[in-house]
Amino acid sequence: MISGIGIVFLLTAALTVAGALAAALLRNLVHCALSLTVTFAGLALLYLQLDAQFAGFAQILVYIGAVAILVVFAILLTRGAGVQEYRSYGSRWFGSLVIAAAVFALLTWAVVKSLPAGGAIAQTPSVTVQSIGAALMSGYVLPLEIVAVLLTVALVGAVIVAMPENKAKAIVEKEGGQ
Amino acid sequence: MIASCTSFITSVAAQTTAIGLQPGETDSATSAIVRVLWLIPAIPMVGAGLIALLKQPMRKTAAGLAIGGMFCSLLLAIAAFAHVLGTWGGGAPTREIVTFNWFSLGSSSLQLGWLLDPLAAVMLVMVTFVGLLIFIYSTGYMAHDENFTRFFCFLSLFAGGMLGVIIANSILLLFMCWEIVGLTSYLLIGFWYHKPSAAAAAKKAFLTTRVGDIFFLLGIVWLFAQTGTTLFYNNGAGAIEPASLAALLGQPAALGLTAATAIGLLIFAGAAGKSGQLPLHVWLPDAMEGPTPVSALIHAATMVAAGVYLVARVYPLMSAGAQAGGSTVSLTVVAWVGALTALFGALVAVAQNDIKRILAYSTVSQLGYMMVGLAVGGVAVGMFHLITHAFFKALLFLGAGSVIHGCHDEQDVRHMGRLRHSMPFTFWTYLCGMLALSGFPLFFSGFWSKDAILGAAHSWPVSKGPFVLLIIGALLTAFYMTRQVGYVFFGTWRGHGHPHESPAVMTLPLSILAVFAVALGVLGTPAWPWFASFLGGSPLAFDLHAFAEPGLLPLMGFATLLVLFGIGLGWWLYIRKPMQRPTHAPAHLHVSEHGDEDRDEEGHEYGEMTDVLESASPTVWGWLAHRFYFDELYEATVLSWYAALARLARWFDSHVWGALVRLVSASFRGLGWVNRSMDSQWIDGAFDKACDELVTSGGVLAWLQAGRTSAYLRAMVVGLLILVALALVVGTSTGQVRL
Amino acid sequence: MTPLVAFLIVAAMVFAIGLAIALTRRNAILVLIGIELMLNAANLNLIAFWRFGSKPEALTGMMFAIFSIAVAAAEAAVGLGLVIAYHRHSRTTDLEAMTRMKG
Repeated sequence: MISGIGIVFLLTAALTVAGALAAALLRNLVHCALSLTVTFAGLALLYLQLDAQFAGFAQILVYIGAVAILVVFAILLTRGAGVQEYRSYGSRWFGSLVIAAAVFALLTWAVVKSLPAGGAIAQTPSVTVQSIGAALMSGYVLPLEIVAVLLTVALVGAVIVAMPENKAKAIVEKEGGQ
Repeated sequence: MIASCTSFITSVAAQTTAIGLQPGETDSATSAIVRVLWLIPAIPMVGAGLIALLKQPMRKTAAGLAIGGMFCSLLLAIAAFAHVLGTWGGGAPTREIVTFNWFSLGSSSLQLGWLLDPLAAVMLVMVTFVGLLIFIYSTGYMAHDENFTRFFCFLSLFAGGMLGVIIANSILLLFMCWEIVGLTSYLLIGFWYHKPSAAAAAKKAFLTTRVGDIFFLLGIVWLFAQTGTTLFYNNGAGAIEPASLAALLGQPAALGLTAATAIGLLIFAGAAGKSGQLPLHVWLPDAMEGPTPVSALIHAATMVAAGVYLVARVYPLMSAGAQAGGSTVSLTVVAWVGALTALFGALVAVAQNDIKRILAYSTVSQLGYMMVGLAVGGVAVGMFHLITHAFFKALLFLGAGSVIHGCHDEQDVRHMGRLRHSMPFTFWTYLCGMLALSGFPLFFSGFWSKDAILGAAHSWPVSKGPFVLLIIGALLTAFYMTRQVGYVFFGTWRGHGHPHESPAVMTLPLSILAVFAVALGVLGTPAWPWFASFLGGSPLAFDLHAFAEPGLLPLMGFATLLVLFGIGLGWWLYIRKPMQRPTHAPAHLHVSEHGDEDRDEEGHEYGEMTDVLESASPTVWGWLAHRFYFDELYEATVLSWYAALARLARWFDSHVWGALVRLVSASFRGLGWVNRSMDSQWIDGAFDKACDELVTSGGVLAWLQAGRTSAYLRAMVVGLLILVALALVVGTSTGQVRL
Repeated sequence: MTPLVAFLIVAAMVFAIGLAIALTRRNAILVLIGIELMLNAANLNLIAFWRFGSKPEALTGMMFAIFSIAVAAAEAAVGLGLVIAYHRHSRTTDLEAMTRMKG
């Protein structure tokens, strides 16, 4: 759907960056989490502009629908919503900024220097969900399975890590007793 | 000693048949008795060895072994004597020798051997006979002593050594047996070693004779160096045979003497030590600390006679080069030393109060007589007096032992008296000995032997000095013996308890010796000079006309007068008035050895008797009683110098060597300290430093690991940046990355 | 400025901002947010290159991005679980107070 650097792109890009900045600068954690969500949304829009519809909708589903909610839950569970007992910024924030700027500079320089000017806009690829499913089941079946295992492990692990201690002990004893 | 004896015996056994025996000056082959002559000393020595292995309670076995061994030696000696008697009459003394190689050095070898001649035969019989009697006597005297077996072991060893000295044909072999005799003398004088005085006396005897032995050894070495052999007689090649003597006479030594004279004087020095001549006499009286049989055997009859025997043995050497009507230097020295000793001994004996010490000084004096006899009259004169003296001196000592035993170990004559009624047997035999020693005329052997010496001294061409000294000595001899008899056997009983006669085992030897003390005189009368003829090998004839020799009868008369005067003086002073103890302590005239005071039956305090002569002239008495202060002189000079030398050596040892040792040990400690400080400072220090550095660096590194997550992240990113930058730069330069 | 470059610059910007959040902020959850942002920026890079790359039919870039999303989600879950567990333990989410790994 892209057709050069149009106004849609700029707006979407601005939204994304603004959301990221907001997440960086805001003091209230929940506000940060919500601006994160905005950033995710902007990114999803960018994916859609890049004709990666599946990725865009997956982004919305997973990131906004799960990760951002998870972040908010975490914030609320750790009482980050209220008054902060400590300062927002770390003690070495300037050095970190410099490093981040350096990283940005490096990336930009690399990008600008390397790519040939005047890249042709390619044809819109025909990406169907069916083709994605077929690819998943044929060429990318191994990563798929591994990701499945990974998700299971992460699930169980997250549950155990976040579980209160006495409950964890009780489960361990019950498992051991059987 | 034991090793050399064993080697000696084995080499004899191995080589006696192999080499072939050297015939003596007789034409016949060496007789059997001479071949087995070595058994005479060997049997008692082997006996001593066996007794040494016995346990202490086995007394009868020990005594039996010793007496049995001595008896066997006696039989062999009698057989040898008979053999020599058989070969007598050739005009020269018959001499048979047996030699053997002791060890070989390359082509030359050292030969030792033994000989049998009249002189040796007579000595053998005398020593074994007197020895046997004393052994038997000792079984009674030492019956109550717990070290009975040790005593007989030493006695037997002594007998073996002494017999070895007699038959030795080699001066080296003689010296070895001489040393055995010296050793056993030390062991026997110090027999009761827990008594400090006995131990000191033994040491004194050993060291004093050692002084003489050093000169003796020098003489032996010199003789061997000059003549090339240690054998006395070896068919003309011996050291004292005419050929060697001619060579020695021609060899000049220091101070204008010839080698012969010098060697003779050196050998005489050894004899002087053993025979108690002046100035080496100091050990003999102290040797009375030993048991009385020891005094009788060793210090009266035999060992002290060894010195006289040695001079007799090397007489050819000492008399070599004498012009007719003159004498040699060595013999002159011997005569003067002997005469002085004779007078000295007699003088000191007058003022002694211990019964054995009187006899000891008497021995010193008589040994002087013997030396004078050898020097002025020849071997026969000296040896005859030695033989007679052996018998009557042994008799006197055994009698003294009997008296001591009967008075319950009392030795001071002032605490005896009136013993002629309580110990008659001892008294009569003692009287025989005393008269023989004094030289009572005609019936007693001492008269004939002493008279021979006096006669020879009178006619000595060199000087009349010894004669005068001997005359005075004879007078004193009679006097002090009478004094002793008066103190011991006459007067009132001044001791404790009741004296009793000794058992038969002790009185029997006394009676046998008394017989010989009388009878032996027969062998030496001028009318029938059996002894002199026997020793000289000349034929014997009974000739009463010998009494008609000019000067002989007047001399005999003069000697008789002297003896009677001496005995009379003694009787006048000591026997006429019965001597008794004073009932109160005397004031100031005291020269007693032990000033004990006790009480008589009524409880009055007893004092100590003073001698008649002591009260008459206390200064002279003091000099005599203190033995002319010889011991004190030696103590002040030789002994103190020696002690100073010993102190110097000790100072040297502790301060110089000790300092060296301490230096070495200090240097080692220093090294150890250096080592330790190096170790603790450098090595440990380095190690500690390294550990500290490690800790510091760990601290430094730990700072990086501060647990600050953002810092970790920052570090990660920076690192990543650098890597990427590097990759880009390198990649673009090498063309792998196209930007 | 090709569209690709533009997208890449946007991705770089988001990445830098996400890095700045992760390095600067003190709250642990914000660090995780920063990490998510970084991951997303990388995803954008992937999709951009897929779209303007040589063979979009192969779906390589898209697949990569999808898997990345899945993994990022799992990681976020575990990380937040950790933060919650830590908060339960010591009542704080301050990163600068979490120095128990101090050497």
